Amino acid sequence: MKRSLSPWERILLARHPQRPTFLTYLPELFDDFIELHGDRYFGDDPAIIAGFGFFDGESVAIIGQEKGQNVQEKIKRNFGMPHPEGYRKALRIMKLAEKFNIPIFSFIDTPGAYPGIGAEERGQAMAIAVNLKEMSLLRVPIIVTVLSEGGSGGALGIGVGDYILMLENAYYSVISPEGCASILFRDSSKAPEAASALKITAEDLFKLKLIDEIIPEPEEGAHTNPSETADNIKKALKRIYKNLKAKPIEVLLKERYEKLRNYGKFLEEVRK
Amino acid sequence: MFMDWLNKKKESIESKKSIFNNIPDGLWVKCPQCNQIIYSKDWLENYKVCIKCGFHSQLNFYERIALLTDEGSFKETDENIISFDILGFHDTKPYSQRLMEAQLETNLKEAVITGLASIEKIPVNLIVMDFRFIGGSMGSVVGEKVTRAIERSIDMKLPLISVIASGGARMQEGLISLFQMAKTSSAIARLDKEKILYICILTHPSTAGVLASFGSLGDVIIAEPGALIGFAGPRVIEQTIKQKLPAGFQKAEFVLQHGMIDAVVERKKLKSTVALLLRLLWRKK
Ligand SMILES: [Zn+2]
Repeated sequence: MKRSLSPWERILLARHPQRPTFLTYLPELFDDFIELHGDRYFGDDPAIIAGFGFFDGESVAIIGQEKGQNVQEKIKRNFGMPHPEGYRKALRIMKLAEKFNIPIFSFIDTPGAYPGIGAEERGQAMAIAVNLKEMSLLRVPIIVTVLSEGGSGGALGIGVGDYILMLENAYYSVISPEGCASILFRDSSKAPEAASALKITAEDLFKLKLIDEIIPEPEEGAHTNPSETADNIKKALKRIYKNLKAKPIEVLLKERYEKLRNYGKFLEEVRK
Repeated sequence: MFMDWLNKKKESIESKKSIFNNIPDGLWVKCPQCNQIIYSKDWLENYKVCIKCGFHSQLNFYERIALLTDEGSFKETDENIISFDILGFHDTKPYSQRLMEAQLETNLKEAVITGLASIEKIPVNLIVMDFRFIGGSMGSVVGEKVTRAIERSIDMKLPLISVIASGGARMQEGLISLFQMAKTSSAIARLDKEKILYICILTHPSTAGVLASFGSLGDVIIAEPGALIGFAGPRVIEQTIKQKLPAGFQKAEFVLQHGMIDAVVERKKLKSTVALLLRLLWRKK
């Protein structure tokens, strides 16, 4: 029986320096991966890796946010914070997948979309908005897995799909706990309180019906046994892909829209 | 019940005359940008735009309707959807208290009001945000009302116009608020497929989660002069890059220069510009 962790303890695990990143899992989950670069407008964003590979013998499109595993890699990958061209590259590859009827596997791990001058000049908000719109209509199955950090719009920008999984110690939030603490609690040291209040753990989000499944991690976290974690991810993805593949595309799209349509809770006054 | 009281208290949409002309005598306004002292009558008659420097002050929902629509044409839709504290969220005060204070302050139930109206006699479907209501933030109710408005445009084949004024997602609703971005954007995808015209009007400020969803997915995007338009807030960017931002950064004119919007239109010409777009792209005569 596992000890239950506080939301803040989970965040520390999700950000653990040894925590496996997308590139750790990539060769464990897929064969013959080929990376395709560039958004065809401006540049290539190393914070998002995109391409095709084989999953269990079948051709799939793979999109993944990569934070980097050492100092040089982290700098190269901009700590996993994408620019607009990352979102546009991801969409280009997803459209290519749709063209050839190839399913899409998307992996989220970002503190957030990059807040910088160039990112704003090139339309960060617009790039994300277009992805949300277009992904809702793609006529192939989309499976989204949150590996570690699901940082707000930067995560959602590759996160619209038919089924959303989260690793046990990952978090997914509208704002970083630190950002929330400094804006709403007016005290950035209150990040642990903000983390609890925001309900950002896989367990909380599953209860709120915002995600579909939690992938278990080894007892002390994914970094203590990356290949066991990869096995758990692979098992889940295999089962889910098999289910989604069996659905006619019109059913899949209808269910995807209903799922998106039903996010939200409110009261509706009834007039007598 | 508080809501009953609010329903009664909420005045009918006032005419342009009473909103922009009905001011007590002898009042003066100081322009927040150039400090010019302006006679209130001139300030209001110029739609809260400074006659000296052109500063566009924020408009509330009532003023926006008076500015943009034909007098008496606005009919609110989905006025009965209200927010509640889904997560039991408590920062410096409980979310439920924030909601009630915002309702009292604004005479509105939420940060967005939707409805049917006409603009120079062309029927339209409207989404209007009011920044005074918790920073125009998008939670479940904003997401739902926006989505229903989009679906209504599809059902009634009515062009959709949104007036954006928002700081982003409603943090107090956690990830549910983030997912409203996907919800509203997927509804826009359907509107687009049905070939219904959608015009976005970006006012100060149009940022973060609302801009990164239905707020920037218009067929045509126009902005008011000086409006802040961006994904990340200027302070967050400064802290991240550890340098001062250039003058005019993320302002409407800057965003126009970088090719992200179609036009910057001063408030005085906003209604006629929207009407012209409706005639050119929708009515085609
Ligand atoms: Zn002025």
